[in-house]
Amino acid sequence: MSDITAEQVAHLAHLARIALTPHEIEHMTRELGQIMSAVERVNEVATPDVPPTSHPIALHNVFRADVVGNTLTTAEALAGAPEADGTRFVVSAILGEEQ
Amino acid sequence: MARAELMNFDAALDQFEPVIGLEVHVELNTRTKMFSSSPNPANSQFHSAEPNTLITPVCLGLPGSLPVVNETAVRYSISLGLALGCSIAASSRFARKNYFYPDLAKNYQISQSDEPIAFDGGVEVELDGGRTIVVPIERAHMEEDAGKLTHVGGATGRIQGAEYSLVDYNRAGVPLVEIVTRPIFGAEKDAPALARAYVATIRDIVLALGISEARMERGNLRCDANVSLRPRGAQQLGTRTETKNVNSLRSIERAVRYEIQRQAAILAGGGAITQETRHWHEDTGTTSAGRPKSDADDYRYFPEPDLVPVVPGAELIAELRAALPEPPAARRARLKVEWGFTDLEFQDVANGGLLAEVAATVAAGASPAAARKWWTGELTRIANATGRDVTELATPAQVAELAALVNEGTLTDRLARQALEGVIAGEGSPREIVDARGLAVVSDDGSLYAAIDEALAAQPDVLAKIRDGKVEAAGVIIGAVMRATKGTADAARVRELVLERAAAS
Repeated sequence: MSDITAEQVAHLAHLARIALTPHEIEHMTRELGQIMSAVERVNEVATPDVPPTSHPIALHNVFRADVVGNTLTTAEALAGAPEADGTRFVVSAILGEEQ
Repeated sequence: MARAELMNFDAALDQFEPVIGLEVHVELNTRTKMFSSSPNPANSQFHSAEPNTLITPVCLGLPGSLPVVNETAVRYSISLGLALGCSIAASSRFARKNYFYPDLAKNYQISQSDEPIAFDGGVEVELDGGRTIVVPIERAHMEEDAGKLTHVGGATGRIQGAEYSLVDYNRAGVPLVEIVTRPIFGAEKDAPALARAYVATIRDIVLALGISEARMERGNLRCDANVSLRPRGAQQLGTRTETKNVNSLRSIERAVRYEIQRQAAILAGGGAITQETRHWHEDTGTTSAGRPKSDADDYRYFPEPDLVPVVPGAELIAELRAALPEPPAARRARLKVEWGFTDLEFQDVANGGLLAEVAATVAAGASPAAARKWWTGELTRIANATGRDVTELATPAQVAELAALVNEGTLTDRLARQALEGVIAGEGSPREIVDARGLAVVSDDGSLYAAIDEALAAQPDVLAKIRDGKVEAAGVIIGAVMRATKGTADAARVRELVLERAAAS
């Protein structure tokens, strides 16, 4: 059932902002198909009485009290920025994708 | 950009049925953020922080950092869900919403997808004319807010034409609840007013719960309005547009009305509506096309592996349900009767967002009339003139004390306004300011007589006029006495005494 298509790979590459050549797309389609097949084996053991799980440990309600803790200084916060103006991060203009 | 063709609103309603859907984002006012112990700028205590000072490694998604859920934010979200008439999920999960945009450093937003904390509710919304509409709620889910971008280099500071952008991540991670309605049918010509009244109702609810500052101008409460039209008699919904981030009650009403008129003109001309987000322009009262809704909406949600499910027990839900405040519609109806206001007086208070302030001022001992007068009068005037929020200027207790000082005769209205200036300037309580500034009304006639006699003696021609029956001339003397007593005299009493002295001398 691992019928992942070249179109899907191209779409995912676009969403992930990865530039792929047609050759790479073809290559990735094959590789992703194999990975999908491997993962699909889960279906063989996932019977209806096994609930879907999103976490390896069955924990819930791990909370934090609403108490203020330490913060970074602005200099620390900006330390990893490729570019900053002293108080804010500088990023290149991004058009048409305002969320 | 060419101005869009608009159809007359009534004509649009004749041909088409408007269907609206509203998404409201509420920033919670917890002390810390949703997933990190950084101070929360949506709490007014931290509102005016400098850029990038409310930051932890979690806010920046730095390697090795892990989010931990703020328990208070969960409680607030459940309370809000209950107040919206929703069911609370027995188990609720966070999900990653993946997108590339620098308003979040992680390249994903932690949100909730198919397991929201609250779902299937309804909110009763009352329109100005008294019509009541139940707005169906699809869901209310928890998520984190994104950072703030300032676009530099564009002609208007908006995103189009910007050369670069500055990012402040203080807001990244602020706890948000997004409330999503189902499509709302049947509002008809009231659709724009309903959109406004709905958001006002949400504001009332979160204020009554005390879970958000709910200041639209600060972005604590933001509304995206979905609007579509379908021809009369059609079953299928029309293509919708989503107008983003409309940030005042008035704008919400205008934006919905505008979209109805714009879409009607396109459809009537044989055109098709493009499914897209649109930006509201406050200055021109129009919307313009944003990004089309296409593959950009492929957010690839998946369960957030860094967080475990939230499982609110029945006990917690019962506790929060028992603590719910009175529903806004019921509260408004009760207060209107208790205060004895006319429709107009009550709307004045309600539309000004001052119900809570007036109620607290009355609770502090003021008469409803005095409380209303101060909040919708002098305080609102000063707030408008200074661009500050009216609730920042004075506390209900201070206003009640001012009203008491006027009531007991210690202050005239004019002196009370001076005392209020002192309160706003932070000089202390009204009584302290009265003492410090020497504002109390001079009720000792003896000291007034001296000032009046002096003023009459200084202006014998005025005295003569008064004696000749030209009573209006007394104004000159009254003015002189008020100046001499620095405004602390009761002008009405001074007038009586001036006439009495003039006649006797």
